[in-house]
Amino acid sequence: MNEAGVQIPGRPIETLGQRSLMLAVHLGRVARFFGQVLRVLVMPRYRVQRFVNGCFDAGVLSLPIICLSGLTVGAVLGLQGYYNLARFGAEGSLGAVVGLSLVRELGPVLTALLFTGRAASATAAEIASMVTTEQLDGLRMMSIDPVDFVISPKFLAMVVVMPLLNALFICFAFFGGYLIGVSYLGLDGGQYITSLEGAVDFENDIAGSVLKSLVFGVLVATVATYRGYTSEPTASGVSAATTGTVVVGSICVLLSDYAITALWGV
Amino acid sequence: MQASPLRDLVVGLFVLVGLGALVYLTFQVGGLSYRVPGGLVLYAAFDDIGGLKERSPVTISGVKVGQVAGIGLEPVMMQARVELDLDPSLELPVDTWARIRTSGVLGDQFVALDPGGEDDILSSGDTIEATESAISIEGLIGKFVNDAELEDE
Repeated sequence: MNEAGVQIPGRPIETLGQRSLMLAVHLGRVARFFGQVLRVLVMPRYRVQRFVNGCFDAGVLSLPIICLSGLTVGAVLGLQGYYNLARFGAEGSLGAVVGLSLVRELGPVLTALLFTGRAASATAAEIASMVTTEQLDGLRMMSIDPVDFVISPKFLAMVVVMPLLNALFICFAFFGGYLIGVSYLGLDGGQYITSLEGAVDFENDIAGSVLKSLVFGVLVATVATYRGYTSEPTASGVSAATTGTVVVGSICVLLSDYAITALWGV
Repeated sequence: MQASPLRDLVVGLFVLVGLGALVYLTFQVGGLSYRVPGGLVLYAAFDDIGGLKERSPVTISGVKVGQVAGIGLEPVMMQARVELDLDPSLELPVDTWARIRTSGVLGDQFVALDPGGEDDILSSGDTIEATESAISIEGLIGKFVNDAELEDE
C-alpha cells in the first residue's frame, strides 16, 4: 500500500483506485480504534478519576459558551418566530415554534457544533501534543496502554457530557425565547409555556433529541481522539489534528443529523 | 492532572444540573407521566372524526379529564371507533354526549364530553351512544354552494 498517496501522472483511473483504497483503509483504522476504545472501556480497571477530570475539561469548561449560545439562539428564535407568526395572527404559537425547533433540531446540532469547536479540538490538540512530546511512548515503555489510560476516559467523558450540555442548551434557549417573547414583545407568559409544553412530546421529541446528542457525542469523540492519537509527531501535526477534528467532526454531525432525521423522523 | 476535591465537586454539580435539565425536559415539557393504564376506558363511534389524533385531549366544560387512547374503524357500521382513556374517578351518566370540537386558529381537535342527567353510570368498556361528528368546513361550504345552485335553477 502506498501510504504517501503518490499520484501516478497520466493514470487517472489508478489514482482514483488508490484514493478509494486509502479511504477504505482509513475507515477500517477508525473502526479498529473505536473497537479498541470500547474494549478497554468495558474491561477493568476503570479510570474513574481520569473520567471525572475529562468531564471537567469537556463539560464544565464548555458551560459558558453553551449557556450563552443557548440564550441568544432562543432570543433570536423568539424574535424571528414572533415577526413571522404575527403575519398570520398566530403569535400564540410562538412557544410551539421555539420548543419544537430547539428540541428536535437546533439544540442537539448547535450543541454538537459548539462542543466540537470548544472541547473536541482541545482534546485532539492535547492528545496530539502528547504524541509529539513522546508521552504516549513513555506510557508504552511502562507497559501502560495509552488507549486505556489517556484516550478512553476522555472518550467516555465526551459521550456522557453531550446530552447534558444539550439539555442545558435547550433550557437556556427556552428561557431566552421567554425573555424576548414575554418580557420584550408582550406575549402572555402562560400561553407561551402552555403552547411549548403542549407541542413538545416525550417519545417523538425529547427522546429523539437525547438520541441525536448521544450519536453526535460518539462521533465527535471518536474523531477527536482518533485524530489526536494518529497525528504526526510535529508542530504542524498538532495543528492538522486540531483542524481535522473541527472540520471532520462538524461534517459528521451535520450528515448524521440528516440521516437520523430522514430514517427515524426525529 | 492530580485529583482535586474542588474539581470533583464542580463536575458533580454540573452532572446534577444537566440531569435536572433532562428531567425537566422529560417530565414537564415532554409531559411523560407515570400514570398507569387502567383508568376509565370508554368507546364512542363517530361518522367523521376529522383531524382527531391519538393523545388528543378529552374535556368536560373545557377541563381536561383524559385523552384519546386509540382510533380504529368499526367494521360493521363503517364508523370511526374512538377509545377514550379518562380519569377513573369520573361518574358519567349513560346519556352523556361526546362531541368533536375544534380549538384555536390552527384547528386542533378534541373530544368534548357533555354529561347528561340519567342515574345510571357508564363503567369501563361501555360505549357512549350519543355522539356528534367533527364539523367539516369544506362539507359545509359544499352544501351551501349546492343549495345555492339548486335555488338558482
